[in-house]
Amino acid sequence: MTMDSPSLPAVKPRQSNVYLDFCRQQPLGAVSFVIIVLMMFAGIFSPLVAPYDPLTIDFASLLAPPSADHWCGTDAYGRDICSRLIYGSRTALVIGFTSSFVGSTLGAILGIASAYFGGRIDDWIQRFVDILLAFPLIVLALVVVAAFRKFSVGGVDVNLIVAIAIPILPRVARVVRSAALSVRVMPYVDAARAAGYSHTRIIFRHMAPNVVAPYLIMLTAFIAQAILAEASLSFLGLGVTEPTAAWGLMLSGNAADFYRQAPWMILFPGIAISLAVFAFNLFGDSLRDFLDPRFKL
Amino acid sequence: MSVADTSDDLRALRDARPEVAAPLLEVDDLHTQFATARGIVRAVEGVSFTVDRGEVVAIVGESGSGKSVTALSIMRLLPRLTGKIPKGRIMFDGRSLLDLDDEQMRQIRGRDISMIFQEPMTSLNPILTIGLQIKEPLQIHLGMTDKEAQDRSIELLQLVGITDPERRLDQYPHQFSGGMRQRVMIAIGLACNPKLIIADEPTTALDVTIQAQILELMKNLSRQLDIALIIITHNLGVVARYADRVLVMYAARVAEQGAAEAVFHDPRHPYSMGLLRSVPRLDRPRGGKLETIEGLPPNLADASTACRFAPRCPFRIAVCDQEPPLFVTDTGSLSRCHRHEEIASGKITWSAAGGAGLNFAANTTAPVLSVRNLTKNFAAAGGLRSSAGTVRAVQDVSFDIYPGETLGLVGESGCGKTTVGRLILRLEEPTSGEIHFEGVNLSTASPAELKAMRRKVQVIFQDPYSSLNPRMTVGQIIGEPLHVYKIVDGRGQVEARVAELLENVGLRPEMAERYPHQLSGGQRQRVGIARALAMEPSFIVCDEAVSALDVSIQGQIINLLEELQRKFKLAFLFIAHDLAVVRHISARVVVMYFGRIMEVADRDTIYGGSLHPYTRVLLDAAPVPDPSIEKQREPRLIKGELPSHLAPPTGCVFSTRCPQVSQECREVVPPLEEKRPGHFAACIKV
Repeated sequence: MTMDSPSLPAVKPRQSNVYLDFCRQQPLGAVSFVIIVLMMFAGIFSPLVAPYDPLTIDFASLLAPPSADHWCGTDAYGRDICSRLIYGSRTALVIGFTSSFVGSTLGAILGIASAYFGGRIDDWIQRFVDILLAFPLIVLALVVVAAFRKFSVGGVDVNLIVAIAIPILPRVARVVRSAALSVRVMPYVDAARAAGYSHTRIIFRHMAPNVVAPYLIMLTAFIAQAILAEASLSFLGLGVTEPTAAWGLMLSGNAADFYRQAPWMILFPGIAISLAVFAFNLFGDSLRDFLDPRFKL
Repeated sequence: MSVADTSDDLRALRDARPEVAAPLLEVDDLHTQFATARGIVRAVEGVSFTVDRGEVVAIVGESGSGKSVTALSIMRLLPRLTGKIPKGRIMFDGRSLLDLDDEQMRQIRGRDISMIFQEPMTSLNPILTIGLQIKEPLQIHLGMTDKEAQDRSIELLQLVGITDPERRLDQYPHQFSGGMRQRVMIAIGLACNPKLIIADEPTTALDVTIQAQILELMKNLSRQLDIALIIITHNLGVVARYADRVLVMYAARVAEQGAAEAVFHDPRHPYSMGLLRSVPRLDRPRGGKLETIEGLPPNLADASTACRFAPRCPFRIAVCDQEPPLFVTDTGSLSRCHRHEEIASGKITWSAAGGAGLNFAANTTAPVLSVRNLTKNFAAAGGLRSSAGTVRAVQDVSFDIYPGETLGLVGESGCGKTTVGRLILRLEEPTSGEIHFEGVNLSTASPAELKAMRRKVQVIFQDPYSSLNPRMTVGQIIGEPLHVYKIVDGRGQVEARVAELLENVGLRPEMAERYPHQLSGGQRQRVGIARALAMEPSFIVCDEAVSALDVSIQGQIINLLEELQRKFKLAFLFIAHDLAVVRHISARVVVMYFGRIMEVADRDTIYGGSLHPYTRVLLDAAPVPDPSIEKQREPRLIKGELPSHLAPPTGCVFSTRCPQVSQECREVVPPLEEKRPGHFAACIKV
């Protein structure tokens, strides 16, 4: 039963209500979105927001408990934990965003190409994806980060981004391929082929825009994974190195020796990581439910 | 003739009938609304009708006219949150359906009223056996034991003409063909001896020969078992053949209702008149242009006090600003038109459209496209690594198309007609055989020649909803080929050309700004045509180009295609399953069955003096929109269904269903021979 009357009014699809609809249908998603915005604000404007310089060592207040001066206490070098968390969100976001973006985008292109060409090309790409998928994300990232030398541009660890992007790639490729397979058989793709357009044109102009929804969902979901991976690698000493402020790093090193007397040293970075991961995961889920009409009432 | 309100009319009608018994179903002033983001959509407004025991009533209308919603309202199956019935009364067998609680309603559904849906492929649960699904209502509603239900199921399957019912009960839906599944659906509908069956487009998804079988079965069963039947359809031929009474719905209201003969022979509402004239017909000589109802149906979210049809009506006058009531007309039918008396006295008639619709090309020139011994096999997927065999989709197909000519390609689903189109478009590689386009052999052509050919050969698809990229505007869609092939230079030039193309297909240039989802089906199909024209092609494959459209829109598009053909000297390969449409548009016709060509001839020869038994069967099965002809006609049914592609018949592919079959037919594959000048048939009997 279609209720669509053929004479639709001549208006553009309504955009104004989209945000409101999202908040109403996905309240948890809206809350996570607020957390994400706060994180981004803290990350972008760290020098303005943070009460102290994250690297200044203050021997007068080693391992100070949370107080009005130091909201989250200080660490074994007397550095303000709150400021280090704020600067740490910058690291987490830069690495989380870029690696998820790079991995998801390359994965999506690979997935669409795989679906579009089909046959032997599809088989080869998918077997390659199978191999990558056989490793858990963090293990593969560990291998890649260990295999390459540290390489950073403008203070950002490029090797870390590559290491996290590589295991994301096959996961996105697989999902996007399945979406692209259903787009592949649409008559408008046949029409483009019948018009003799080039493969690149069909892939980027006709197929890619129609698999944007799964791509966006995977992208946000993998930001959480990437932040977690970055924290884990830093914790293991393979990621960001001291003295840069990074959440994973704050949990390692001498935090292990002092956490009994100064639990705030691990408590607050732990909360920050969990909150970030929760927020991105929930936001990704809500986005999926919101964009996928099958989940609508 | 008095102006009376709706319910008075109905009462008067009912009193006039000889029988005294109250009707089985009485719908009185039914209103159904949906709450949507765009406001309240009035899907049904003031519909009243009655159905007597054993009567067949048809509800006809285009999509969005409210015919399915009427049925769902009777069944009380409207979406719980959004659907509402603010006004109206539905009496069924002495009970008011709208006052029953859910539990009581559940007792009635499936037991007293059952429903048969359009899509037999999805209305059966794929993971349960047929037996379980037939026994379910018996055990729930009639409290039968398993043994009793089993016996009754076997009886039901025999009733609907399924052979070997004991074994079939243990099979799953995928082991049945489409027609067989619809028979199973009917068996389930019949299971509890209902008093009323509502069939919503029961045969739309089926082929003509199967459609005839199913409708004949339903009609006979309703006569035998005295079951009332409501058939909802858009196919006027089906209505003419089976209905006692007809309701013509337009934009949520009844435009006209009455006895089938009255409505078909003497329509008293301009919409029914227009509808009957805009269908290409097999039973009348082919006219010039198809007459069409211009414009689009109104948006049901807008409330209106005017006649709903007035904006499209060629006979509207000042009084049409007032909503007309249902008038009783001279033929006894009810019409919602102020001018029904003038229609009755013959003062208002649809003017005959001008001729000049014929597109005969001189066959003296070289063919634009010639296909020789085209064959395509697909590997059928079997288990994990093995292939289960080959499907011979197209076998040994040859034909020519001349410049400016339309070649019709007809056949039932699975006959390979779409594959032929895809092979010509080079969307599939042929297994063997040759395609020559403008003298160039496509299998040996260089990439440059192929690219040039891509521009010259274009396609129009069936489904206007999926053939346009939803993420591109109309302007981008039509402008893309101009830009890629550098047909015109510069942005301004492209825009000008897009506007010109839009005008060619009867759309306003402002449409370029819109996205496909903002257009109606007919408008989208026009955009698809404009996209094909942008390439400046000489040949267009129309793959079921009008079959997804409503009748009144279909006529508009056919006329457009013919007009463009004359203007741009285009050749068409018109692939379709609707015989009447193909007859209207084609100069020559190719009939395909199971991957092979059965018959090729001029249009008039095919429709007037066909030689091949399959062509005749196909023409017999297609109902025409005229109740007198249809009701006199003996149902000449063809038995059986399409053979399986994995176990193709030996000899002639039609031998398994042919009425004239002999032993020889099962042994030799009949060649396509010229039986008369220009008339080819593949049959050893002619």
